[in-house]
Amino acid sequence: MSRDQASLLQVEALEKRFVIRRGPWSRPLVIRAVDGVSFQVARGETFGLVGESGCGKSTLARCLLRLIEPTAGRVIFDGVDLGRLRPPEMRALRRRMQIVFQDPFASLDPRMSIAQIVEEPLFVHGIGSREERQAQVDATLELVGIEATYRDRRPHELSGGQRQRIAIARALVLRPELVVLDEPISALDVSIQAQVLNLLRDLQEQLGLTYVFIVHDLAIAEYFCDRLAVLYLGAVMELAGREELFRRPLHPYTNALLSGVPIPEPGRRRRQGRIILEGEVPVLTDHRGCRFRSRCPVGKDRERCAEVEPRLEERGPGHRVACHFPGELVTARP
Amino acid sequence: MDEVLLSVRGLRTEFVTRDGVFAAVRDVSFELRRGEKLGIVGESGSGKSALALSIVGLIEPPGRVVAGEVELNGRRISGLPDRQLQLVRGKEVGLIFQDPMAALDPVKSIGDQIVEGIRRHRRHLGRREARRLAIELLREVQVPFAERRLADYPHQYSGGMRQRVMIAIALANEPDLIIADEPTTALDVTTQAQVLDLLDRLVSERRTAIILITHNLGIVAEFCDSVHVMYAGRFVERTTVEQLFRAQAHPYTEALLRSVPRPDRLQRGPLPSIPGFPPSLAHLPPGCSFAPRCPAAQEICRDRAPATVELVSESTPVLAECHFARERLRT
Repeated sequence: MSRDQASLLQVEALEKRFVIRRGPWSRPLVIRAVDGVSFQVARGETFGLVGESGCGKSTLARCLLRLIEPTAGRVIFDGVDLGRLRPPEMRALRRRMQIVFQDPFASLDPRMSIAQIVEEPLFVHGIGSREERQAQVDATLELVGIEATYRDRRPHELSGGQRQRIAIARALVLRPELVVLDEPISALDVSIQAQVLNLLRDLQEQLGLTYVFIVHDLAIAEYFCDRLAVLYLGAVMELAGREELFRRPLHPYTNALLSGVPIPEPGRRRRQGRIILEGEVPVLTDHRGCRFRSRCPVGKDRERCAEVEPRLEERGPGHRVACHFPGELVTARP
Repeated sequence: MDEVLLSVRGLRTEFVTRDGVFAAVRDVSFELRRGEKLGIVGESGSGKSALALSIVGLIEPPGRVVAGEVELNGRRISGLPDRQLQLVRGKEVGLIFQDPMAALDPVKSIGDQIVEGIRRHRRHLGRREARRLAIELLREVQVPFAERRLADYPHQYSGGMRQRVMIAIALANEPDLIIADEPTTALDVTTQAQVLDLLDRLVSERRTAIILITHNLGIVAEFCDSVHVMYAGRFVERTTVEQLFRAQAHPYTEALLRSVPRPDRLQRGPLPSIPGFPPSLAHLPPGCSFAPRCPAAQEICRDRAPATVELVSESTPVLAECHFARERLRT
């Protein structure tokens, strides 16, 4: 996909490095949390970022909104390069891009009332009179399915699902165009997850929102996202539309991830087989060759994988894969 | 069929707080056989962790087991003095919890903790011998460089590795029963697959029985033989895994199954969700505890708590606590 008018967000070769100094005399350790990530998100689309813990997805999300400063690369929002903005301009633009965090128990101030929490962004951005702000708060609470009788309650009086609705209301009260959802349902109970997912989808339709959805649960990623990028150690391993990615995964890592998802149907996994990866996600510092190689059932002993880092290349319509031997490892999918 | 290993009868656990008495486990009875893999499914607050802790006598104030009996290997273990219960835990019963960081001692090396676990129950073993056993255990749970890693502290292990250490400690004395409370919830899918694979091997090699407490129906489908669905402190449905996924006698089970997106099926419409949220265990509704959220609730459901209905569906026994269980399975 080339840069087109429809894309609201463009990410180009984004990098975030953390330098860890372990002592005054030891050599500093450079961790590449985000290591050259590029993708685009179209208006109204839900773009998923999936991967295991430590793959850099949350760091990436924070770089998108410049909650942390990227080390290199560009984030272009609606044609504006965020890296070139001065602080007041960035603040103004933040109205149009918001984030919902994972843990609704940690992200809401326990001393504030529900109405205050939802009003705060309006207040910070100096929007409207007191009455106008109150009206906007009421409208937004209604939008997320919280009754007006909850206005004066505190977060501890609410259930996890209700709190997450408040966190969503707080993100939406400014009527943003882009919302980054960082694991918005993984702290919730199963029966509540479905409620919140349905709500997010309704809101997207009603308000024409664009979502960047960060998720480790592949079943939910598949259900919710239009296109997805699979991250491993800070880099995109595979990027494709939902159907392509789940029906025809080409990267061995994607295959392993998919085969690790327990299927709620007895006997099915035994018939399909499972790829069990060895070891765990290592910490990436300097490396050569493919970053997945140490755990890869395909490329572990191959010279090419040890020597040359595979580039993210087009292997099908809108389907890009960073692998020298794409599609070699295949698990049967229905 | 294997012999009965664990028998729980009329277990009731209450927490007394300022807001009232919470009955976390309400008169629960069940049996577990050797080599059986039982899944207990429920959402947070359904009482599944309280049940696990009650079985092994680990309920702490303000919680209290107020009634019921637990028998293990034909011996009554409920009501035993704490010292004797400690011998049961770790020797006959191995415990694995969700958060290994909370269960491991941060100021003791991994090796010391495993060795301690072994020697507490096998006094005759010398330190050297116990250490050798610890290395073997770590190898068995696939901790790489086991010998070298014995001297490391918990914070030097990753989440998946810590969970393996917990499993190693749980296995140290070859228990007959392992109770695993959300053992893979904090882990990534690839690590989860490794851990479940390991537990599975244990059952087939040693006929260990496992109670796996989880909210993940996929794990139940893949790992367990039988399953109990817990809601508001009671088992509302008990049957085999095959039967549970074929037809659900209880509306809660059905709703739970439907609200999970299936990874192998592309679906786009809204997910069927369960309205409302679980009832407070201090203020249970007078009738069926699921009635306020149940799409099929009738008057009787709101008035009277359902008794356990015993059914047979496709030659599989099903126990369900629903006034309409019989009709539901017939259709």
